[in-house]
Amino acid sequence: MLPKAEVEETLKRIQTHKGVIGTIVVNAEGIPIRTTLDNSTTVQYAGLLHQLTMKARSTVRDIDPQNDLTFLRIRSKKHEIMVAPDKEYLLIVIQNPSE
Amino acid sequence: MEIVHVYTKRRNEFGRQCNFSDRPAELHVDILPDPSLASNFIERDPCDVPIQCTQEMSEHEVNTERFESDTRGINHVEGGWPKDVNPQEMEQTIRFRKKVEKDEHYSSTIMQLGSNMEHCIKQNNAINIYQEYFEEEEEELVEESEEQPSAKTINVFRDPNEIKRTATCLSWHPDGSCKLAVAYSSLGFQNISPDMSYDSYIWDIENPNKPEMTLKPVSLLVCLEYNPKDSHILVGGSYNGQIAYWDTRKGSQPVEMSTIEHSHRDPVYKVIWLQSKTGTDTFSASTDGQVLWWDIRKMSEPTERLVLDPNKKGNLDNALGAISLEFETTMPTKFMVGTEQGLVVSCNRKAKTPAEKIVCTYSGHHGPIYALQRNPFFPKNFLTVADWTARIWSEDIKESSIMWTKYHMAYLSDGCWSPVRPSVFFTVKMDGTLDVWDFLFKQNDPTLSLKVCDEALYSLRVQDNGRFLACGSQLGTATLLEISPGLCTLQRNEKALATAMFERETKREKILEARHREMRLKERSRSEQSKDEDTKEGDGEESVEELATRTEAEFYEIVEAELKKRAKEQEKKVRRD
Repeated sequence: MLPKAEVEETLKRIQTHKGVIGTIVVNAEGIPIRTTLDNSTTVQYAGLLHQLTMKARSTVRDIDPQNDLTFLRIRSKKHEIMVAPDKEYLLIVIQNPSE
Repeated sequence: MEIVHVYTKRRNEFGRQCNFSDRPAELHVDILPDPSLASNFIERDPCDVPIQCTQEMSEHEVNTERFESDTRGINHVEGGWPKDVNPQEMEQTIRFRKKVEKDEHYSSTIMQLGSNMEHCIKQNNAINIYQEYFEEEEEELVEESEEQPSAKTINVFRDPNEIKRTATCLSWHPDGSCKLAVAYSSLGFQNISPDMSYDSYIWDIENPNKPEMTLKPVSLLVCLEYNPKDSHILVGGSYNGQIAYWDTRKGSQPVEMSTIEHSHRDPVYKVIWLQSKTGTDTFSASTDGQVLWWDIRKMSEPTERLVLDPNKKGNLDNALGAISLEFETTMPTKFMVGTEQGLVVSCNRKAKTPAEKIVCTYSGHHGPIYALQRNPFFPKNFLTVADWTARIWSEDIKESSIMWTKYHMAYLSDGCWSPVRPSVFFTVKMDGTLDVWDFLFKQNDPTLSLKVCDEALYSLRVQDNGRFLACGSQLGTATLLEISPGLCTLQRNEKALATAMFERETKREKILEARHREMRLKERSRSEQSKDEDTKEGDGEESVEELATRTEAEFYEIVEAELKKRAKEQEKKVRRD
């Protein structure tokens, strides 16, 4: 299968899970590559979460240099923001957890 | 001149003198080792020796300077785009994005991250990992534990100006109570200096460093109230007698002010919003003896006027100065006024003639009535705070209050009922203490007495949920306190117990009143009889002057007797020594 089609399929599958509000893929410079939300919201999420992920990663590595950040979950009153970081890209999913 | 005390003691009284001498070393005891003693002991094997090797740490406490925080917004602009791509151009951005997506690294990364993410999403959907277990049980525990009533200070809002003014009135924001409007003024006679700022502030309770909004009146504001129907409108009464209203959406200047000719002639001490369809009616009271009704849409003159003349003649010279007002939305035709002279006047708004407006008066206080409020659960009973006591009255008994506190050492300056518990009320005193009274728990003393600050407290307001209260002091500091949950949750049977207490006290007072009336009738009939006899004798009662000279003579006699007694005691003391 074409890698591109696989990627599409993965992202679509994530988006169609129960409770998922939006999905964003951001690159290392903070530019949103793929998004299912509107532009202004995307730009806001991309900018803020990028910085937060960098900070979280540096915190984890400061405490133990052998360690690294694998996943970041922020639970707020209204929904949960999940960030899967990578060296170059960031996958952000906003989900409404089932109560 | 140095004061020196000299005393002598003979040498033979000191004891024997020490005589030291030198001597060579002497051997007193020599114990030689005796191996046979070793048989009394066994070697311990193994030996347990604990050793600790840890970092040495020390603990320090530091008190930091006041943390000033400011809220700022960030404007997010798209950035990070490479130089050749113009973020505004859709084509260029789409092209860039497509290019990135074609990258192999991208696809592999996304696959990997995607699987991670899916795991977490499914986890979220499967089970609520933050579910609260034992929620109901926790609540029960809290009810059963008998905790000490307490209150703690959450925040302190200080007057930002150099010259401090008294915080005379506080008003909570009607929805959600996250804002507090404080009116600052100086109530001392001619105490206003030219540098004193006239501003009053609205504070956000989360930010004690800087007020959220400033209100700039023409003269110092003595009282300030939020409109319960429209949370953007506030009405304030000022020191020069004018009423002004603000709209927080429109800025710091008052939207409209009442004309000076038709306003009060003395500072407006209290202004309350009325219940009306338009939500724009208020009424105000001042020590000039008038109660004026206003419609804020037309501030040029009051819609109605009432002169508090106890003789019901509308004579302004006889009028009682009003210091506090009371209005309960469940009884829109009645209202009460607390006066400077210590009388509470109950009035009916719907009366046809001005004479009928004043229904009755309640007397019993010795000083101006600073606070007047009906019990939110039992509207027939109301609380008055004046001079050194707080009294609870029943509407039916006009001669005296049904319950009262003891006479305190300091003047009481403000008080209010708790909106959640019918038997709890709060008072503040001029020595800076806040008292919480729960008369179902203890009648003689406050349940909780807290010293809030060193200067006098002038105002008090409880938030609608009964949990927070704010008090204002002489130096303009408004303190926000949180009281313990025991004092702000309705206890079981509380309403029934409070009803029973009020009824019992009311009945007692009624009986006393009836008895007084009987005694007075008897006196009157007796004096009428004796009057006939007196006219025959011609002597009659003593005149006032004779009475005065007699009491003077008595007084001096008592003083002299006391002096003589003291002189005798002095003599006895001296003779003993």
